[in-house]
Amino acid sequence: MIAMGSVALQEGSALEGYRLTWHIANFSDAISQYWVYFVRSLRNGALVTIVGLLLAYPIAYWIAFYGGRFKSLFLFLLLLPFFISFVIRTVSWSFILADSGIVFGTLKDIGLLPERFRVLGTTFAVVAGITYNLLPFTILPLYVSLERIDRSLVEAAKDLYASKTEAFRKVVLPLSMPGVFAAILLTFIPATGDYVNAYVLGGPGTAMIGNQIQLEFLRAREYPTAAALAFILMAIMLVGAILYARVLGTEEVTT
Amino acid sequence: MTEEQKPDHVDPTWLRGMTMPRMSRRQLFRYAGAGVGALSLSSILAACGTPAEKKTGTKPGGEGSPEWWAEREKEGPGDTIQFTNWPAYIDLAGRDAQGNRIRPSLQAFMDETGIEVVYRADINANEDFYAAIRPALENGEPTGHDIIVITNGQELTEMMALGYLIELDHSLTPNFNENVGPAFKDPTYDPGNRYTMAWQSGMTGYAWNTKFVDGPITSMRDLMNDEWAGHVTLFGNNADAPNMAMIELGIDPATSTPDDWQQAADLLSSFNDWGGLRKWDDQAYLTAIENEDLWATMAWSGDIINDQLYYPEFASFRFAAPDAGTVVWTDNMMIPAKAENPLGAIQLMDHYYQPEIAAMLTEWNAYVSPVPAGGEIVKADADAASGDDKKVLNMIASSPYVFPTDELNAKLHSYRVLEGEEVSQWNDLFLPIFTT
Repeated sequence: MIAMGSVALQEGSALEGYRLTWHIANFSDAISQYWVYFVRSLRNGALVTIVGLLLAYPIAYWIAFYGGRFKSLFLFLLLLPFFISFVIRTVSWSFILADSGIVFGTLKDIGLLPERFRVLGTTFAVVAGITYNLLPFTILPLYVSLERIDRSLVEAAKDLYASKTEAFRKVVLPLSMPGVFAAILLTFIPATGDYVNAYVLGGPGTAMIGNQIQLEFLRAREYPTAAALAFILMAIMLVGAILYARVLGTEEVTT
Repeated sequence: MTEEQKPDHVDPTWLRGMTMPRMSRRQLFRYAGAGVGALSLSSILAACGTPAEKKTGTKPGGEGSPEWWAEREKEGPGDTIQFTNWPAYIDLAGRDAQGNRIRPSLQAFMDETGIEVVYRADINANEDFYAAIRPALENGEPTGHDIIVITNGQELTEMMALGYLIELDHSLTPNFNENVGPAFKDPTYDPGNRYTMAWQSGMTGYAWNTKFVDGPITSMRDLMNDEWAGHVTLFGNNADAPNMAMIELGIDPATSTPDDWQQAADLLSSFNDWGGLRKWDDQAYLTAIENEDLWATMAWSGDIINDQLYYPEFASFRFAAPDAGTVVWTDNMMIPAKAENPLGAIQLMDHYYQPEIAAMLTEWNAYVSPVPAGGEIVKADADAASGDDKKVLNMIASSPYVFPTDELNAKLHSYRVLEGEEVSQWNDLFLPIFTT
């Protein structure tokens, strides 16, 4: 971190080398040039977290409550695709979602979609891609917390004339909050920093802050700007995570 | 609430790990201390800055010097050569019994020398490939490649300036010395061919699929057609799009000024504003046009002509250079520093300068060959062939994009050569357009 901080304060170029000049302006330049992408990344991260939770909760709930003795099998099946490399899975999506690919090509052939319809190159594709890639990180903490809920508590709620929904809302949901808390943390942070999905599935107007760091670091070889951007992103995430833990991660959710 | 009071159906250790609001302060400091300890050396180094080693030229007796090459010759070449190139660039002829691709021109070398060549088509963009091998080069370690192919441009210039390439000994390249075309000998970007030998040269232009687009597309602004919105790409690298935009605007890249660059940048930005551009693309465009995701795109000549001629399903592809002129570039073979088999590498590079081998490449990939004598063989083969072969070979032999006519030659420009401060000025202007 100190190393990164010091690079962020240097000036120079790849050919001439970089010197530490305490060039604080690297930070303000980075923010003024790239704030749009910070905002977009945080927004995408939030979208991914929300959509991921909505998808993952029913899955985790079903496996935990109705999986029976096949629980481990279901979890294994769920994780199976994730034994393949992250990048390869993402590139596979670019084939599946291709304009004339197996999904949309077929739908277009039978006239359900207009010829011009496309998903690749849009924000939707990027958010969907990240959500998919991070789904295990959303499901697993939820599953663990749901699995550990004592069924007799649900029974007790029903004995006290709680409807199914009420029992869920007043017993299961509060007891699974630690899992929700962990799932949000484990999804939001990597989602915000992701750049592979935006690169493979995105197009103009969908780049995230990770893409800009990659651009500055690898293509423009402006190491100081790249380090400043990475430093700012890390600071935002760290402060965000600490605040989040302070505000929500306290004792009451674990009671 | 203490640990003991927690409801027993929740595993306290797990909960602690997942939800504990704060690390104990003492722990935090302990970890931070260990972290700083581990980083201190590197951070002290980093604090001094990262001096670029200005290693212009070869040290006497060092890697790339005549004495060093003489020693390599005494040792003889190694058993394998790692050759890394761009996709769709080498002749193919089906697969052997083990399912490996057969590349006749490469096979000829392997049969002749007994050296095994591991060929990879891994390079999709100069910037990204250079970024991938740069850390190894910076640390003076082998990159794992014996021959790489890089286009003339910023990356090549930087690699030469930083001493990341092995100087070639042209006493070991008899075929090159005899057969290289005048345009490829002593190029301006590498005087005297000190570090590079051309692999192929080609043009950037526009391609379209006649299934969707009638064409011809002869200018960048033709692509901005609302009917094709979402099915159009331009190259998002630091050379093709900026130079093509300048030519489109009637500016000669060679004499262009930063004001001209701004105009080109405005033209390119207008594609972002338009909203119909699918992507700022790299070599992946070829897969995209083959998948019919793209209907019209900026393209490299041979990629499209090869698809059109050799694959019936892509017969509807067309390529054209823009009316206003276009850029011609050269992809160069070179040996990265600390390569493990430099002697084998230089022999293989020279192998491709035999006219008959060069002709095998041209007849397949439809790019401009650095070996004019190979062109004569292509034309002779076209005359001698019959049936479908004759049709294909005739098209290659008569294509202005393989054998440029005087008319086309007059419209060709090289990439703008950037010096000193211009590099970051150029990159700051253009690169952000490609990542939005």
